Amino acid sequence: MKKLINNVDDVVRDELEGIQLAHPHDVKVSLDPYYIYRADAPVQGKVAIVSGGGSGHEPMHGGFVGMGMLDAACPGEVFTSPTPDQMLEATKAVSSGAGVLHIVKNYTGDVLNFEMAADMARDEGIEVESVVIDDDVAVQDSLYTAGRRGVGATVLAEKICGAAAEEGRPLSEVADLCRKVNDNARSMGMALTSCTVPAAGKPTFELGEDEMEIGIGIHGEPGRERMKVKSAAEVVEILAGAILDDGVIGSGDNVLAFVNSMGGTPLIELYIVYRDLHRFLEGRGVTITRNLIGPYITSLEMQGVSITLLKLDDELTRLWDAPVKTPGMRWGA
Amino acid sequence: MNSVGLEEVLAWLREAAARIEEQKEYLTQLDSAIGDADHGINMNRGFKAALERLEANPPEDIAAALKSVAMALIGKVGGASGPLYGTMFMEMAKAIDGKERLEAADVAAAFRAGIDGIKARGKAEEGDKTMIDALEPAYAALQEAVASGAGVGEAIAAAADAAARGMEATIPLVARKGRASYLGERSAGHQDPGATSSHLLLAAAAEAWGS
Repeated sequence: MKKLINNVDDVVRDELEGIQLAHPHDVKVSLDPYYIYRADAPVQGKVAIVSGGGSGHEPMHGGFVGMGMLDAACPGEVFTSPTPDQMLEATKAVSSGAGVLHIVKNYTGDVLNFEMAADMARDEGIEVESVVIDDDVAVQDSLYTAGRRGVGATVLAEKICGAAAEEGRPLSEVADLCRKVNDNARSMGMALTSCTVPAAGKPTFELGEDEMEIGIGIHGEPGRERMKVKSAAEVVEILAGAILDDGVIGSGDNVLAFVNSMGGTPLIELYIVYRDLHRFLEGRGVTITRNLIGPYITSLEMQGVSITLLKLDDELTRLWDAPVKTPGMRWGA
Repeated sequence: MNSVGLEEVLAWLREAAARIEEQKEYLTQLDSAIGDADHGINMNRGFKAALERLEANPPEDIAAALKSVAMALIGKVGGASGPLYGTMFMEMAKAIDGKERLEAADVAAAFRAGIDGIKARGKAEEGDKTMIDALEPAYAALQEAVASGAGVGEAIAAAADAAARGMEATIPLVARKGRASYLGERSAGHQDPGATSSHLLLAAAAEAWGS
């Protein structure tokens, strides 16, 4: 294993200290328990938004803390859910009394820990709503599994809900908006290579030199199928085809197209994927009116890409365009 | 043993922590086959923290001891098993709140409350290939022993035996909950790590409270 780390046990702590040093005006970092929060928290009168999950997906979630997005993020160990004590402390630190929204990716550990944290926060008199994101169409048999995983739509929900909270909208509306994003967004990813969790020291799974895994989760969980590597255009057809087949997005729709690197895929390839996605969607009568291209929800150093499409209306478009100022996403501010 | 007090409960927790430490590689190995290869590491970290807590703040009664373990597991285990086992210990604490000693029937009532807590949190049922597959048969055996007038030691031994059978019976099952469920049919043929750690907890109680 080759990694730029100092000590396997200190990976998350060292990263958090780096974030604090790099962005002292935007965020503060708590090291016991771990959480990152807005430097100006709690923002009076504003609904606070808290998210979190295992580390290794950077910039999500810690990089999205700041004006117009999250109020706090709780990082767990690499690919391990954070714990309720972190979420409770983060919730308390950013709560202004206007209520707190927990945005949770649908992974069993994340869901259970956030549920406990929400119970504990309510016991302390804080109004909490939780919305679980489950946009991954790769999980087909969702009745007989833990359900569809939460992936790319999480980034979009955090941005859009952050903008709504910034406008002073009440908790119930911000939570409804989060559900609306989840209902109108679908994702699917693929991997060209595996990734290595520092504590494990060896790749999470093996993938042959000429193979790719289609429908992968963000921790290298198995996907739909393994096949020989294909061209970018063919991969786009598989991923975007599966998204459109799910039936939520189709001809005549305007969408936000999010082409995400799993960590190891460079921008040159992301733009090729974007070009092919643009062509594919045009052929299917879907119009891209907004886009996001880059590494936003990653799986350590994995090479691969995920595509997320979000059906846009005027409200979602306006909130997407609203100013945001975080270490990982910044415009208009 | 006809009833257990704080001393015996602490002896159980120490035995449980020792067994988990001893078996942590095995638990992790089971988890790497169908999960994310951290169950032993996480459980060991949690039970170590629980013992440290109990040592640093000696509990006044059984409920306080169980609550202290719950908080340690919730804060230190992570993943899904932290909140699930944490909830079990928290609900058990509530069920026996204020009691100085536990008769077999009290142990059964606490155990029932603990399992119900796990099921409410994790939404798993028997047959989903989870810790419930060891815990429910264990409760049935415990309840039967209590009904026939057994003492705590004898009842918990019967429960531990039933948990072992339940644990082994998870091998052919296809997982319907947790990360293993994404494997679908490929999860069959492997023993569930959660059911295995549940059996360890009961086996530790049988050892600590053996008559």
